[in-house]
Amino acid sequence: MDEISAGLIQAVWLIASLDPEVMEIAGRSLAITLASTALASAVAVPLGGLIHFQDFYGKRPLINLIQTLYSLPTVIVGLLVFLFISRSGPLGSLGLLFTPQGMVVGQTMLILPIIIGLTISALGGVNPQIRETALTLGATRSQAIVAIVGEAKPAVFAAVLLGFGRALSEVGVAMMIGGNIRGYTRILTTAIALQTSMGNIELSMALGIILLTISLAVNLLMARLRGD
Amino acid sequence: MDCRTFRIALSLLGIALLCSSAAADGDRLRLVTTTSLYDTGLLDVIKERFEEKYNVTLDIVSKGTGIAIELGERGDADVIMVHDKVREIKFVEDGHGLERRCVAYNYFYVLGPASDPAGIRGLSPSEAFLAFMEKGRDDPGSVCFVSRGDNSGTHAREKLIWNSVGFNASEFNRSEEWYTEAGSGMGATLVMANEKSAYTLCDMSTFMAYQGQIELEALVTEGDELLNVYVAIPVSPITHPGVNCEDAMNFVDFLVSEEGQGIIEDYAVDGKTLFFKAAGNCDIIGCSPDICAVPTSGCPAEA
Repeated sequence: MDEISAGLIQAVWLIASLDPEVMEIAGRSLAITLASTALASAVAVPLGGLIHFQDFYGKRPLINLIQTLYSLPTVIVGLLVFLFISRSGPLGSLGLLFTPQGMVVGQTMLILPIIIGLTISALGGVNPQIRETALTLGATRSQAIVAIVGEAKPAVFAAVLLGFGRALSEVGVAMMIGGNIRGYTRILTTAIALQTSMGNIELSMALGIILLTISLAVNLLMARLRGD
Repeated sequence: MDCRTFRIALSLLGIALLCSSAAADGDRLRLVTTTSLYDTGLLDVIKERFEEKYNVTLDIVSKGTGIAIELGERGDADVIMVHDKVREIKFVEDGHGLERRCVAYNYFYVLGPASDPAGIRGLSPSEAFLAFMEKGRDDPGSVCFVSRGDNSGTHAREKLIWNSVGFNASEFNRSEEWYTEAGSGMGATLVMANEKSAYTLCDMSTFMAYQGQIELEALVTEGDELLNVYVAIPVSPITHPGVNCEDAMNFVDFLVSEEGQGIIEDYAVDGKTLFFKAAGNCDIIGCSPDICAVPTSGCPAEA
């Protein structure tokens, strides 16, 4: 219990004193996660819509595959992306390994399946009568789609938020692709892993609390934007 | 602000971030190092002084020796700092590394609980290994050993000592209760060995850093098998075009310079010395004069 309360106190102190290194690490965590969530959403939401609204052969197995990838271990994503962007890999010339940009690519890959899959579920959860009604009222097919997407908005929002949460909290990709370089690719989760391995338990606890605080702030902001 | 405008704003932010961080990249030198040199804080001091002198950003990736060599072989490191002579020599012979330079040394310690149930205090390292193996086989409840089990330099040394007394460590793990593979870094392994009151092999600097947090004691600290030499190797631009050879050479030259060796010698945590300089100690550490703390011969012309 001592370590937990000491961690809490230290977290408050690190936040209150605006510790420059902690602020920098927290800012980097947030920036990289926002970038990967934005990138992943920009691809995954339209793609999820496309899969939902199109009927094609193999649709069900494809959805099953996407849902299976929810449990893709972060180190496996890290390893795959590593093999692609390593200098000996096919994309080695881009020099993405051990850079923040590389981390964004890795986290994007990690959360794509979640946002695609949950977007499909969100659209599937819309009452089918809305489509019928819209069509009966003389709407074109694309107008009906707009109506359905409008109904599914909160659930799609939740999908994006979950993707954000997974990207913010993951450590496997960040460690393998970022390399935890101080002042360059060190983010909250990799800093926590390092501090724990160095035996600084209280500092690790404090960083964990800061991570949760960021998550809370983003959630509140999102809720506000949605007008809840 | 509705959902779509927010998402657009988010995307723009992401793109802006990508562009800005890409533009901010100047010259960077990527050092992949064994954890002990980094976790003790030594490389932070070296980084500061090196960056002051040369106009380059030193990116330090701290991993075990095994992965450091692997990253070097893939061309993902510009320079590596490791401590496993056998693999270092192979790394250079295979054309991945340009030249080895001994830069620092200290010792491995055999740690164990103060009660020393296997009675290894005062023994040589290989006698100590035999002692806790025999006692561990008889009574795995009170005598056990925690191995790094992660292909690091320390793990390599442990296997070397087992080989020297005629055993193959990889055969222990499956059947023998007294032998545990942690599969973790030195810090995590120390914590595990401490919880289990087990014996373990640890480099001197990590042990010093953990003193006060763990109850294990250094029971065997002397013997040739415990010498721990840290080496820096620039990655070859011939085998791996695109590596930053020039700055890698500057870095190694800085490490072996009077200034660099001085930083290593003077570096202390809580008044305790963690590393010794290679310069002037070449005989002790078994490095021939041509590779011991002497400047590199520069980048090959083809680079």
